[in-house]
Amino acid sequence: MVTSKRTRGESKLWPLLLGVTAVLVAVGVYLAVLWAPTAVNLPTEAEQMAQRIFYFHVAAGWVGYVAFGVTAGAGILYLLKRQRRWDHVAVSSAEIGVLFTAANLVSGAVWARPTWGTWWSWDDPRLTLAAIVLLVYIAYLMLRNAIDEPERRARLASIYGIVGFLSVPLSFISVRIWRTIHPAVIGTGSETSQGGFDMSGDMVVVLLYAIFTFSLLYVVLLHYRLRLENLREQVDDLKTRALIEG
Amino acid sequence: MSYLRKVLAIVWKDVRAELRTKDILSSMLVFAGLSVLIFQFAFDLRADNVRLVLPGVLWIAITFAGVLGLNRSFILEQDRGSLEGLLLAPVDRSAIYFGKLIGNLLFIFAVELLLLPLMTVLFNVWLLSPALLLVVALGTVGYAAVGTLFAALSINTRAREVMLPILLFPVMVPVFVAGVQAVSRLLDGDSLADIVRWIQLLVAYDAIFLAAAMLLFDYVVEE
Repeated sequence: MVTSKRTRGESKLWPLLLGVTAVLVAVGVYLAVLWAPTAVNLPTEAEQMAQRIFYFHVAAGWVGYVAFGVTAGAGILYLLKRQRRWDHVAVSSAEIGVLFTAANLVSGAVWARPTWGTWWSWDDPRLTLAAIVLLVYIAYLMLRNAIDEPERRARLASIYGIVGFLSVPLSFISVRIWRTIHPAVIGTGSETSQGGFDMSGDMVVVLLYAIFTFSLLYVVLLHYRLRLENLREQVDDLKTRALIEG
Repeated sequence: MSYLRKVLAIVWKDVRAELRTKDILSSMLVFAGLSVLIFQFAFDLRADNVRLVLPGVLWIAITFAGVLGLNRSFILEQDRGSLEGLLLAPVDRSAIYFGKLIGNLLFIFAVELLLLPLMTVLFNVWLLSPALLLVVALGTVGYAAVGTLFAALSINTRAREVMLPILLFPVMVPVFVAGVQAVSRLLDGDSLADIVRWIQLLVAYDAIFLAAAMLLFDYVVEE
């Protein structure tokens, strides 16, 4: 039963898809940095250049939330069906989600520095939410690390993945109300108006392209991370068997 | 025995065990008092800034002291070997959850009932209005609902009590934001009607996570 899995993973499809994704990402860098029109209504050159981060920034944020949704969904499926592969999907997706959410936060900070004049602003609900969500899923990964027994790890992590994902909309509502009724102490007006720009048609094209490419990247990464998880499990199985057989 | 009586039997068991040693209550209470003292030095709470900082201090004291109590509720059972007995009891697993939850709520409420007058005296700010008590109670219910579930979850990890705050605090953000904001608006002289959005958020949080925890508790303790 273990060996059948080993031979199945050699399909030609995934290496091909990996190559295609790599090309698409390279083209995406060209499109975002050189091809996309400059945001004309931004005052300084630094802001105009920083605006180009936007394409990766939004796409990374998108992948982050999709990945966490997949983790919660896989958690529900694991609890219902008790098939180890759903837990593998959950952990793989959570790791990728943490990676992309971190990329989203870092790219946001790089953009915010020339645009808002600060790396970080607690006045922005989306920024605050991304930080909270990142902490939820870091906690998720720490929980997994702290449990040795695979079945128990899968079960408890599924529960945390579901509860954690349920808290995301409520956290968003809370930081949203918090900031809309909070008096504006620093600066005036809504934070979205600072560094906002009009999207031209070409910009929308690049944004959609970036979201598509990052989504594809997510699928490819998820596949290889899943493969790694399966191999890891096989190694564990073999070790256990070797121990039993002496 | 009806469902309610089973729940109450578990609550009564925890209350009696606690009344014999008073370990949990005393440590929660002393810890809450200590955190207020620490914040007094950290923020130099005086008449001019106390209304600004006090809501945060109140909720941090409640959350931090609460973690102590939540942790003990399952760790004590595990250490004494009574957890298996509890799980073998001929009751629905959700009755165990609600029993533990109500027990935890009673302990946290008891701490709050001493903490609020204490802070009222120390900082000369009236913290005992019915509206404020309602906000604190609603926040505490949501906190204990998730906290009881995660406490049962964290005793299954290697780190045990260290794990609970790490799991709990990021998920607790809505309660914390709503609790702090609502209390601070009340201290500014707003009425309940002015903070209705925060109340709604707290009620929604309580309802969603009580339901989720009730459904998921079965899976936590199924071994």
